Amino acid sequence: MGWLLALPFLLPIATGLFALGARRKPRRARAISLLGCIGLFIVVVIIFVRVVDEGTIAAQMGNWPAPFGITLVADRLSAVMLLLAGLVGLVVAIFAQADVDLRREVLGFQGFYQLLLAGVCGSFVTGDLFNLYVWFEVMLIASFALLILGGERAQLDGGIKYVALNLVSTLFMLMAIGMVYGLTGTLNLAALHVALAEVDQPAALHMLAVLLIVAFGIKAALFPLYFWLPASYHVPPVAVTAVFAGLLTKVGVYALIRTFTLIFPADFSFAHDLLLIAALLTMLSGVIGAASQYEFRKILAFHIISQIGFLVLGLALFSPLALAGSIFYMVHNIVAKTNLLLISGTARRMTGSFNLAEIGGLYRVSPVLAAVFFIAAFSLAGFPPLSGFWAKLMLVTASLEQAAYWVAAVALITGALTLFSMSKIWSEAFWKPHPTGEVRSLTSLTVSERIQRMLPTVLLVAITLGLGLFPQPLIQFCETAARELLDPAGYVATVLPSRGG
Amino acid sequence: MSSVILQGTTRLLVALILLFSVYMLMRGHNLPGGGFIAGLIASAAFVLYALAWSLQEARAALRVSPVKLAAIGALLSLASAVPGLLKGFPPFTGLWLFIGGGEGDKGIPISTVLLFDVGIYLAVLGAVLALFFTIEVD
Repeated sequence: MGWLLALPFLLPIATGLFALGARRKPRRARAISLLGCIGLFIVVVIIFVRVVDEGTIAAQMGNWPAPFGITLVADRLSAVMLLLAGLVGLVVAIFAQADVDLRREVLGFQGFYQLLLAGVCGSFVTGDLFNLYVWFEVMLIASFALLILGGERAQLDGGIKYVALNLVSTLFMLMAIGMVYGLTGTLNLAALHVALAEVDQPAALHMLAVLLIVAFGIKAALFPLYFWLPASYHVPPVAVTAVFAGLLTKVGVYALIRTFTLIFPADFSFAHDLLLIAALLTMLSGVIGAASQYEFRKILAFHIISQIGFLVLGLALFSPLALAGSIFYMVHNIVAKTNLLLISGTARRMTGSFNLAEIGGLYRVSPVLAAVFFIAAFSLAGFPPLSGFWAKLMLVTASLEQAAYWVAAVALITGALTLFSMSKIWSEAFWKPHPTGEVRSLTSLTVSERIQRMLPTVLLVAITLGLGLFPQPLIQFCETAARELLDPAGYVATVLPSRGG
Repeated sequence: MSSVILQGTTRLLVALILLFSVYMLMRGHNLPGGGFIAGLIASAAFVLYALAWSLQEARAALRVSPVKLAAIGALLSLASAVPGLLKGFPPFTGLWLFIGGGEGDKGIPISTVLLFDVGIYLAVLGAVLALFFTIEVD
């Protein structure tokens, strides 16, 4: 058991080291990295199946009993996040074979890519607040390296903004961890659930909540802490943006969901109100920001922010349906958003630019690309019967159940504005003719490049379609996961068997 | 920069700092110390050497490339998990081998924990020096 839960981060670290060692032979490094990603995907599928069968599983590193050692835990939320991380890791690794140039490979792209996956998987699987901080640091180091690898001027500019704000986030998190330890004497999340309920200091708890919301809010790109994201996400190769968009901000949201369901008491309305306001403003400001942009990738970057709002909205409403909606939205969003960014990279390869004014004509020369974009984009906007529709339906229903009509209104307005941005990309990049006529078709690429670019995209679109047409199994899964989150007794009993929950 | 005073004292200090780093590494098992801080101390020795003599001399004194050193260190740390795997314990369980033990004397304890710490030591030393050597090249 212990090994199974440790493999999601041990495997990428080992793969990364071997890939780093082979970086002067880029072909070999790519092959090692791809093999590692396939292995990681198999591991996370096994974990997912076991968690679905047996419920929450836990392991104690170094055989130290909790709460003294580092605990690894996978409940349904962790398992589905690991599964998504494995999926995104694999498809982006395939895409990167075509997208990342050899110069970046020699500088160690594959090594840092694997380190990033290790950090993401480690965050999802850990049951210890300080260990979570360590994985955040691993992610920060790896993502900074991926951002600036290649050393172009724009990359350094974006990288500095990224690392500066993320260091602030890390500092807040460290302060919060110090406070938690001072209040309770433990950092094990399950033990904190028990210990923090006995702390009778409302002021300290409020302070702690604010510190954690700021720390994870910066990571997740919540309003008003998201400025680093549009400043940095458009500078690295598009494969890097895709993996960042798919996984990095979601780790912040995951950490918010984990801490505010597990360690804080369930009737903590102060934090929920704060999160609700932040979520609504994030949704609106992200989508309005996107409407003012005129570059393919920047529009998508602003939409990441807007969708983070939806994810946090489910946590803020704090009902079983709302949390289930959040998890469903997470699955839908990671798949659709990663795909849209991959498509933007291929669109640039065909037309030569990200700037919507300078490109066009993609519908005529590559209808396949147009079709996959159409499905992914309209799923993002929440069109039935695609996956985004069910996700939004669950969240809107949950807000109507609580008679929060204005929350539902904001969600619907955001959906409409998302549709506006997606239509803009559609009409500019795909529908209108290319201004200079220099647009390539997919068939002009070599066979291997075509497979590397289109296989991930088609795979992700198939998942989007599948989730849209057959949402019931995932909705049921999300509802079970939400019940687990709202009643952490099972989680605590698995980690600390001696307490009996 | 070539100052005779700095160069003279550096010869002495580098040896002392390296020795101290090994002391911190060994002491770290039960007391404050350990692979991470010891690796930082050891890298300080090479940084000092590079400042007093030159970057090339420091590179030559290290003998292996710092990136390779970091990778070897990280692999050593990962390898310390393997004995646990073979014996069926959770990852990174501390396992001890006592060499030359007798009556009332456990002998020299060699553990997977030590191997892990040595790995961290090399990884930190390599990573810090890789950063330093890169930044110093202008």
